[in-house]
Amino acid sequence: MTDERAAGGQLKSLPLEDLHKAAGARFGGFAGWSMPLTYPAGVMKEHLHTREHAGLFDISHMKLFEVAGPGATALLDRACPLNSAAMELSQSKYTFFLTEQAGIIDDLIVTRLGADRFMVVANAGNAATDEAHLKSLARDVDVTVTPLDCVFLALQGPAAASVMLGIGIETDALTFMHGIELRHDWFMSRSGYTGEDGFEIALPAADAPGLVAELTADDRVMWIGLAARDSLRLEAGLCLHGQDITGDIDPASAGLMWAIPKDIRANDEFIGAEALRRIVTEGPSKKRVGLRPEGRQPVRSGTALVDASGNPAGIVTSGGFGPSAGAPVAMGYVPAALARPGSRFFADIRGTKIPLDVSPLPFTPHRYRKG
Amino acid sequence: MATTYFTEDHEWIRVEGGVATVGITDYAQEQLGDLVFVELPQAGRAMKKGDVAVVVESVKAASDVYAPADGEIVEANAALSADPALVNSAATGDGWLWKMKLADESQLSGLLDEAGYKAHIA
Repeated sequence: MTDERAAGGQLKSLPLEDLHKAAGARFGGFAGWSMPLTYPAGVMKEHLHTREHAGLFDISHMKLFEVAGPGATALLDRACPLNSAAMELSQSKYTFFLTEQAGIIDDLIVTRLGADRFMVVANAGNAATDEAHLKSLARDVDVTVTPLDCVFLALQGPAAASVMLGIGIETDALTFMHGIELRHDWFMSRSGYTGEDGFEIALPAADAPGLVAELTADDRVMWIGLAARDSLRLEAGLCLHGQDITGDIDPASAGLMWAIPKDIRANDEFIGAEALRRIVTEGPSKKRVGLRPEGRQPVRSGTALVDASGNPAGIVTSGGFGPSAGAPVAMGYVPAALARPGSRFFADIRGTKIPLDVSPLPFTPHRYRKG
Repeated sequence: MATTYFTEDHEWIRVEGGVATVGITDYAQEQLGDLVFVELPQAGRAMKKGDVAVVVESVKAASDVYAPADGEIVEANAALSADPALVNSAATGDGWLWKMKLADESQLSGLLDEAGYKAHIA
């Protein structure tokens, strides 16, 4: 997890910080931002509330870029393992910026807004790197990369669509991994990072308090902090860049090749294509897996794993307690040959040997509203 | 008559007849958030002041709780194995962590009293 401070060592404040303070949030630093970690209900209740009703998250630390111009598809298809020209209007794709060695610079959601206009949603911790990367690739192409300043909210949970309908926003036509411009300067997609149905809405800071007031007036909606966001995404088996995926980890090792269809892998156009093809042909040496620690003790990110004979056998990259799973859950990398359900590893936690069994991901079933 | 001390690390220590009951303060449990696991010490274990006696794990992170003085563990709060959230709901009561027989009670004399602790967290 990155905790890089902005220039001057100061954390950046969210545009809606006062609203979070009024809601009783406890703040902490993440990726250079002062973020609400928890609200008075606490991480456990916040997590379970999201799975049962609807959770409202301020994710304005994340970065949105508008990529527009005749060269937009050329730029994106070079920067990402993507066939953006073939994307339908309003379709979203989970994709990556890769290094020449196929390491994951960042994971992204790209949505087609128009014939030559796309929205790119990137991680907070990589915003500056991503912007420099895109702009340097855009130099020789007729395209404009515009970082947006906006409030970005996520409403997640089984009641999310009904809550939206309650404030007059009809979402029936919008299925999972699609995004539209709801109003001028409002971007809404049916997506999220909790494993639940839900929406992500980017809008001008001036419009945000009004939307928040409408949403939180619904009893089913509760503010949810970054702590529960992390436990929700971990249970959903979703990767956090900087932990589960990094510039040194390729999509094949990370088990994310579903995001790169075969026909795209076969073409030469995207950065990292050659290296990725080689890795896929040879097979990755390690693979990301879900891990269930035995007992109640959480096994945290950075914990080394050993096999039954005590030989080094990988590392935990995300780990904690899954409130919905009712047990500790983790993800990590293990030797590819052992990356299958039934394999058992061990972690040494302060002298106690904790067994961890490879488990299918996600830990809690995804409940997306697919078309 | 029991005497209660507090540390700047947000522990409370209630001493009665040379035996100290130790827990974390309500302020500390609030800061930590929902606890999901408490690693308890074995009875009979000898502790030096400053040793890690207990590790409390919240959803997000693990935190050490230190022995406030030299002594020997008499009992750990076994109820926390099944219900670590007792520390959240009753930090200064049923959510106590361990009891220890003190080697030298005077080691506690520099600690805060309740008023001093309240000033510390204010």
